[in-house]
Amino acid sequence: MNNLAISIKNLCKVYRIDPATGNTASQTLQEDLMGLVKRPLRRLASSVKQEVWALKDISFDVRAGEVVGLIGRNGAGKSTLLKVLSRITEPTSGYADIFGRVGSLLEVGTGFHTELTGRENIYLSGAILGMRKIEIDRKFDLIVDFSGVGKYIETPVKRYSSGMAVRLAFAVAAHLDPEILLVDEVLAVGDAAFQKKCLGKMGEVAEGGRTVVFVSHNMAAITSLCKRGVWLEEGCVQADGPVRQVVQDYLVMAGELDETKTNLASRTDRGGDGRLRFTEFQVRNRDGAPLSSAVSGEPVDLVLSYQAQGDIFGTTSIHFWICDAFGKCLISLSSLFTGEDLVNLPARGQIALHVPRFPLREGRYFVDLGADIDGVKADRVLKAIQLDVTTGAYYPVQQPAHPKDGDFLIEHSWRLLE
Amino acid sequence: MSLRELWSYRDLFWILAWRDVKLRYKQTALGVTWVILQPILTSGIFAVIFGFLAELPSDGSPYMLFAFAGTLPWTLFAQSLQRAGTSLVSGRELVSKVYFPRLILPIASSFSVLVDFLVGLASISVLFLIYQVPLTWNILAIPGLVLANLLIAVGVSFWVSAFSVHYRDFIYALPFLVQAWMYASPVAYASSIVPEEWSVLYSLNPMVGIIEGFRWSLLGHGLFSWLSIGISLAVGLLVFFSGALVFRRIERGFADVI
Repeated sequence: MNNLAISIKNLCKVYRIDPATGNTASQTLQEDLMGLVKRPLRRLASSVKQEVWALKDISFDVRAGEVVGLIGRNGAGKSTLLKVLSRITEPTSGYADIFGRVGSLLEVGTGFHTELTGRENIYLSGAILGMRKIEIDRKFDLIVDFSGVGKYIETPVKRYSSGMAVRLAFAVAAHLDPEILLVDEVLAVGDAAFQKKCLGKMGEVAEGGRTVVFVSHNMAAITSLCKRGVWLEEGCVQADGPVRQVVQDYLVMAGELDETKTNLASRTDRGGDGRLRFTEFQVRNRDGAPLSSAVSGEPVDLVLSYQAQGDIFGTTSIHFWICDAFGKCLISLSSLFTGEDLVNLPARGQIALHVPRFPLREGRYFVDLGADIDGVKADRVLKAIQLDVTTGAYYPVQQPAHPKDGDFLIEHSWRLLE
Repeated sequence: MSLRELWSYRDLFWILAWRDVKLRYKQTALGVTWVILQPILTSGIFAVIFGFLAELPSDGSPYMLFAFAGTLPWTLFAQSLQRAGTSLVSGRELVSKVYFPRLILPIASSFSVLVDFLVGLASISVLFLIYQVPLTWNILAIPGLVLANLLIAVGVSFWVSAFSVHYRDFIYALPFLVQAWMYASPVAYASSIVPEEWSVLYSLNPMVGIIEGFRWSLLGHGLFSWLSIGISLAVGLLVFFSGALVFRRIERGFADVI
């Protein structure tokens, strides 16, 4: 299984954009004829046209059976790369060799025609995506089943709800059976249930030994489907490696988590009535010395500074949600859980959350904060804190080092039962 | 040119041609009747204006029949050219999102017109009954003439559609080209009225041989000459292959510009 499926070498793609019209080329003959007449000025005119490097010297290989997630900001070149790989457009220089039958899915419902019935559209869209007619004949029932369109199959698609049309379109695409599948951001369609079904289908394809290059902004989908991540930034490969690592770096670097860099006190995107505001956060060791990160297995004080409009008469409760880079909550810690009511707090002060043995594996985590006074929300800040954790001696002998070992550490022991 | 690749996409070709036929008559009350109605109405107008008012000769046939035998192949040609010429621009959604040999688009659009033509051809038998004109063995030439007709139409559409990706001007100019070409072809009149000194230039129009051939084939008599058919074929092949080459050359940039 070590054969190459895709080999990309020094791939570049340049678009020339006329800033006056925004078009990628002059659209009327007149402009070009005028250009001929004004030949002496032509040099000047051509310098006005902007060159946009959609892809700059991209090189990487994909082995057969590999599932690669392509990530990056809008305009980073992901879609252009897929277009080059699927031969829709030619590279300006360099080359991309493909070894195997390619199926590409850059859009859901390409070629769908609303005047035609569901059945007719299955054949039309299937053929456009590169399926043979006998292949569609064979998979027809599966496609109809998957789409859930059922008895409306003989109805013109213009009478469908937009959800139905999209489901049918995706159902056709999902039954494409190429050796190499290129997919661009198609999971963002349909309702939650259908998206789950699509993800399941994609997972099936990925596990079926097929080569997949998958573009998405849905990081959870990328990490669950792909093993390898390639991060494009302004037309270049910024990172290429295990998907979790690449996605995490991307999320941090691409500014998605920029909030944590700004001062907690100056955050304005927060909820609650404002009777109390968190202003600062510090990690301290058992002696009260500040740390840049928590250490797994070590005792730690997570110290929150707050400010209120005056002395608080009432019961305050504090919530501390530790989340992963994808925003999934891993643990929630709350004074409600431990029953330690914080009664009548001063107008400003510090509250320490003590964790005797920090139970998370090495990595970068994010914390959502909340405070309630007498059960009414006073402050809510999402991704308030970036919490780094470094490896420590949680376990006496060896520490789990691999992402697939999970995020949590808990005390445990083993014995042989007599 | 990779003919093998073109061949491997033959299913797409049939489905696209079938789609065009299907879409043309969806939500029309008369449906396929239009296919018969259009050439009949056109030939009726020709018969009145050129036959009755202008009293042009029709080489011995009823003018209506004479005009119909010219309108039928001309409609095939003009419609294929129109549809195939605009096929890339109207299919730009496909061109920018999916890969397939782009040549398929104009060829499929042009073949979809063939269905209309066959219906029209069948309807001419009614006219034959009305005018009591017998069919002759000449009719066997029709398949060959149809192919030559399509060859020219597709060839010209290669040029037009390829350039229309960069310059929409070609789309706007196309109807005028078709109209001028019709008057330069013996559709509404007999080529015998063309003055002698123009006849060499006139016969360079590949549609002259084709349309005269159709008349000869349907009406059983008329100006059939191997020379003009030969010229039609030669010009047709030239336009077709040069068009295909130009198309293939420009094709690389289609998705970026369209």
